[in-house]
Amino acid sequence: MDLDLTASLIIATPLAGFLLNGLAGLFFPSYRKLKTVIGSIATLAVAIPFLLVVNVFLQTTPDAGAQVVRLFTWIQAGDFTSEFAYRFDQLSLIMGMVVTGVGSLIHIYSMGYMKDDEGYYKFFAYLNLFIFMMMNLVMGNNLLLLFLGWEGVGVSSYLLIGFWYQDQEKAAAGMKAFVYNRVGDFAFLIAMFMTFQTIGSLDFDVIINNLDKIPGDYKFWIAFLMFVGATGKSAQLPLFVWLPDAMAGPTPVSALIHAATMVTSGIYLIARMSFLYVFVPEVMIIVAVVGAVTAIVAASIAITQQDIKKVLAYSTVSQLGYMFLALGSGGFIAAIFHVVTHAFFKACLFLGSGSVIHAMHHVEHELHHHGKHAHFDPQDMRFMGGLRKYMPSTYITFLVATIAIAGIPPLAGFFSKDEILAFVFNASNVVEGASALYIALWGIGIVTALMTAFYMFRLTFTTFHGEFKLPKKVKGAEDSEKYLHESPITMTLPLWVLGILSLVGGFMGIPDFIVHHGNWLHHWLEGVTAHFEFNLSHSMEWILLSVSVVIAVTGVSIAYFMYFKGDPDTSDAAVAKRFGSFYQVWSEKYRLDEFYEGYIANPVVRFSDKVLAVFDMKVVDGFVNLVAGIVRLSGSLLRYVQTGLTSSYAFMLVLGVVLVIGIIVFS
Amino acid sequence: MDTLLNLTIFLPILGLLGVLVVRNENLVKWISLVVTTATFIISLPLMLNFNSASSETAQFVFESGSWLPGLDVKYIVGLDGLSLLLFMLTTFIGPIVVISAWHSVEKHVTGFYAMLLILETASLGVFASLDLFMFYIFFELSLIPMYFLIGIWGGKGRIEATLKFFIYTLVGSLIMLVALIYLGYDAGNVVNGGVFTTDWRLLSSSAYMIDLGVQTYLFFAFALAFCIKVPLFPFHTWLPYAHTEAPTAGSVVLAAIMLKMGTYGLLRVLLPIFPNATYEFAPYFGVLAVIGIIYGALVAMVQKDVKKLVAYSSVSHLGFVVLGVFALNTVAIQGAILQMVNHGLSTGALFLIVGMIYDRRHTRMISDFGGISSVMPVFAVMFMIATMASIGLPGLNGFVGEFLILNGSFQSEALNSSWFTIISTSGVILAAVYMLWMFRRVMFGSVVHEANKSLVDLNAREIGLLVPLMLAMFWIGFYPSAFTKYSEKQVNVLLQESIIKKEKTVQVFSAQSTDWVKNVYELSENLEVSEK
Repeated sequence: MDLDLTASLIIATPLAGFLLNGLAGLFFPSYRKLKTVIGSIATLAVAIPFLLVVNVFLQTTPDAGAQVVRLFTWIQAGDFTSEFAYRFDQLSLIMGMVVTGVGSLIHIYSMGYMKDDEGYYKFFAYLNLFIFMMMNLVMGNNLLLLFLGWEGVGVSSYLLIGFWYQDQEKAAAGMKAFVYNRVGDFAFLIAMFMTFQTIGSLDFDVIINNLDKIPGDYKFWIAFLMFVGATGKSAQLPLFVWLPDAMAGPTPVSALIHAATMVTSGIYLIARMSFLYVFVPEVMIIVAVVGAVTAIVAASIAITQQDIKKVLAYSTVSQLGYMFLALGSGGFIAAIFHVVTHAFFKACLFLGSGSVIHAMHHVEHELHHHGKHAHFDPQDMRFMGGLRKYMPSTYITFLVATIAIAGIPPLAGFFSKDEILAFVFNASNVVEGASALYIALWGIGIVTALMTAFYMFRLTFTTFHGEFKLPKKVKGAEDSEKYLHESPITMTLPLWVLGILSLVGGFMGIPDFIVHHGNWLHHWLEGVTAHFEFNLSHSMEWILLSVSVVIAVTGVSIAYFMYFKGDPDTSDAAVAKRFGSFYQVWSEKYRLDEFYEGYIANPVVRFSDKVLAVFDMKVVDGFVNLVAGIVRLSGSLLRYVQTGLTSSYAFMLVLGVVLVIGIIVFS
Repeated sequence: MDTLLNLTIFLPILGLLGVLVVRNENLVKWISLVVTTATFIISLPLMLNFNSASSETAQFVFESGSWLPGLDVKYIVGLDGLSLLLFMLTTFIGPIVVISAWHSVEKHVTGFYAMLLILETASLGVFASLDLFMFYIFFELSLIPMYFLIGIWGGKGRIEATLKFFIYTLVGSLIMLVALIYLGYDAGNVVNGGVFTTDWRLLSSSAYMIDLGVQTYLFFAFALAFCIKVPLFPFHTWLPYAHTEAPTAGSVVLAAIMLKMGTYGLLRVLLPIFPNATYEFAPYFGVLAVIGIIYGALVAMVQKDVKKLVAYSSVSHLGFVVLGVFALNTVAIQGAILQMVNHGLSTGALFLIVGMIYDRRHTRMISDFGGISSVMPVFAVMFMIATMASIGLPGLNGFVGEFLILNGSFQSEALNSSWFTIISTSGVILAAVYMLWMFRRVMFGSVVHEANKSLVDLNAREIGLLVPLMLAMFWIGFYPSAFTKYSEKQVNVLLQESIIKKEKTVQVFSAQSTDWVKNVYELSENLEVSEK
């Protein structure tokens, strides 16, 4: 098929799905009941672009140049031009396949998960809108079109986090996400202004080919500000606090937007601009440090969480930190590799948690139905346990994804994580004057890997092993295990697909030193991304790989003894006791939210309310009134010249004007 | 075509005769609707036949003979790149405003629609005038109907609000009148054989240069009038009063059209006629614009009345426009022109939306709402789109204007500091905060107030008047080049000519300048050269 048509269809199909379901649902209440139709249309609107992207992918060779489809001019003013132009190259194809592929699966899953929701049509309309915006982000040929998608996914995210808007807290979470993202977008905008100022264009090809036109300090600021933009969208320090709150949205949304795709946009952006980043090692170091610190900070919080989705949310922040660590170490391809494998296993984990929550909700519903007033949080894993017996598909797929994220060979996460750590270690040889720093970052990466294996298996064991704890812990929930059941096929099918991908997904990047030319992904992306020179010896690589494996196995083992053999509650208490005040800090999430609220948001609101708004009324407007008052006062002194006749006033007015003119003209 | 232009301008006034003749109030509404719709329709050929390739010169020009004895004051109208979009915006908003008042205005119906029709002709006249004296007359004429719209059909504090609005803007424009008369005589001496003239084409031509000292006085006299009208911080305090008291239709016209007369004046008058002063003082106006952007946003954030919030958001949005104008390069000015239209569409829509909820609940206090989304889903969608347009979301109109203004001002030589842009850009964060916070408190959550539970969603009339605005927002958002092409050429030419004129003026007048002028315009080096 002609590439112009392909590009148009890839972009237009999800948009059409959004408009069709959204408008029909809004204006025709009877349409809202046709749930199968709505769900199928929405799923097709993602599946069709998936097939189209795959088709282009199959016709593309690793050394093929980028193909650009220009649809029409978007903004044109003076010497600034930006087009609706879409780019097919090795990087955009990979991202496009992940977005639409995982997207399709999650659409199918949602048909089951959202079955009983009254906002069904709206949900699918928003999901399609998200896909449309996300495709603009990854396929756009210039920074501004990327930014359209960037902010567009932000709005979809805002709408979907606050999907159950009747709950003010959920609505607030949506707003929080949007505002924190805007802080990043502010920096991104400035980066674009600087790029345009020095290069005169925002097209990727033009930028990459004219990097020498950017003066050194501008290179630093552009790269730095784009990274600040990325910390907003991809939930890194200091802006990550919106992501855990974003779990207020329906679980498929958490899987699609807040784990697999949108939050990796920042990584995509930096990989896309990698040729710029390799010129500014200072920024590379900042990226690596922020990534590593975020990874370990989020992992430490994840250990303390009891909400199944919150654990996964902090885990996502941590894994995104890992990806930034990779970017900052020159492993741009390793970062994209982790984006892809993370999309598989984290989507699987979130959807699995959704399946669990779905089941727990059902239990609550049935209990209420049978007149028992049992109240509990269906997302709290302390009430779960033993679910593997009742939900085998969910369990097996969840377990596979957990092994994958823990970094056990040969599952998906192992290969990508190992490649990242190898690049971090390698950076200590490559980046001048920062070798100790990168070794330290590698250490942080290793510790984080240990923690990841630990908290993920803690989650899996607590949820699926042992015995079902709800009946014992909650009054009125006796015998509630009989209400547990596996989710319908629309939900388990995507789980299986993602589970299998988590199992084998890593084989796209088997290290070359193990299998000659085994790292397909690396060779596929070599032409479109920059990378640091890689000069580790094979024996060194083997050592690093062994360390990764040992660390992962250690983490799993600790979790096994504490949460499989032992009782989760006592083990949590033991961890808390062992780490003392550290644990306190972790469970309070480092009090970042409190800091932002107490030291930034509240003071600004208070200042605006108590100072600015008063200043506006009393001082600015007061001055205007004062002038008016003086005029009125002098008027009352001149009262005796007032005749009360309109005509004489008019005469005076004209006289005054003429007088003034006279003075000016004849002086 | 010039006949069509005249017809477009005066059709609303002709309709006024019909409105005054009939006794039936319903008929009054229908006549107004037909007249404003017809005005819009007959204005379309003007846009379609507008030659954007030669947009630096006015098209469809109609020129009368002199109508003031002894003075060369003529009725000259025409459309060029600067005015076309605003002219079209005015005819487009006309019928929407008429429909918006259909059921909301009950007293003195005839008078109300008469005022709207006068206002439309006055506004069209402002944008189409190519003679500054006519510009001034239309500019003042537009004040009178707005004075009555607020004063008669407004809220509780309407008298105070309308007096403040009227006197404040009148003070500004009387000073402008003085300057205009001086300008007319001066220009007459220089380029019109000693006969008073206010023909914009003569005033803006490079043949007419003004002594730097005099130019400075005149510049500030005009600038003051326009800045009050915009309104630029710190001249903005009349605006929140006027908006909160004005009826919906009045607020829409005020926000969408009348404020634009100020920003339009900055471009139409200041840059081409007083180029030296414009370039010299651009950073000062930039500072006020930046303060306005941030200050307006912060004060908007803490408002308890939705309408007042939108009013303060206008202070912020128009700060962007002023920044764009004084950045003095093509990208920024193109952005500013587009942003004038954008602000008209999105703020106009927001005022309509606030009016719709006010019609139902007779309150605009944020705390009286909550959870409206669940009772009024269609309303929620419209409100969300307008909110996002106001926030500047890419894909909607507001983004394009803001982006061009900020991108242009970042490269601006006249402002000569990237801090203007950097601080202003932080306005995008604040805009998200104040709009979404308001939206959340009004629309989200559960319905707590009993009175809100029985709210009825928008009817066909209300949907019908919002949909055109929404479509325009998306159209500009995705295909703005269809609009920016009209002004591109003229903005380029205007900037080039103003630089030439500026430099020529310095050469001609620097020797005879007084000391303070030399200081302000940094002429000392030139002087040394000429002494040698």
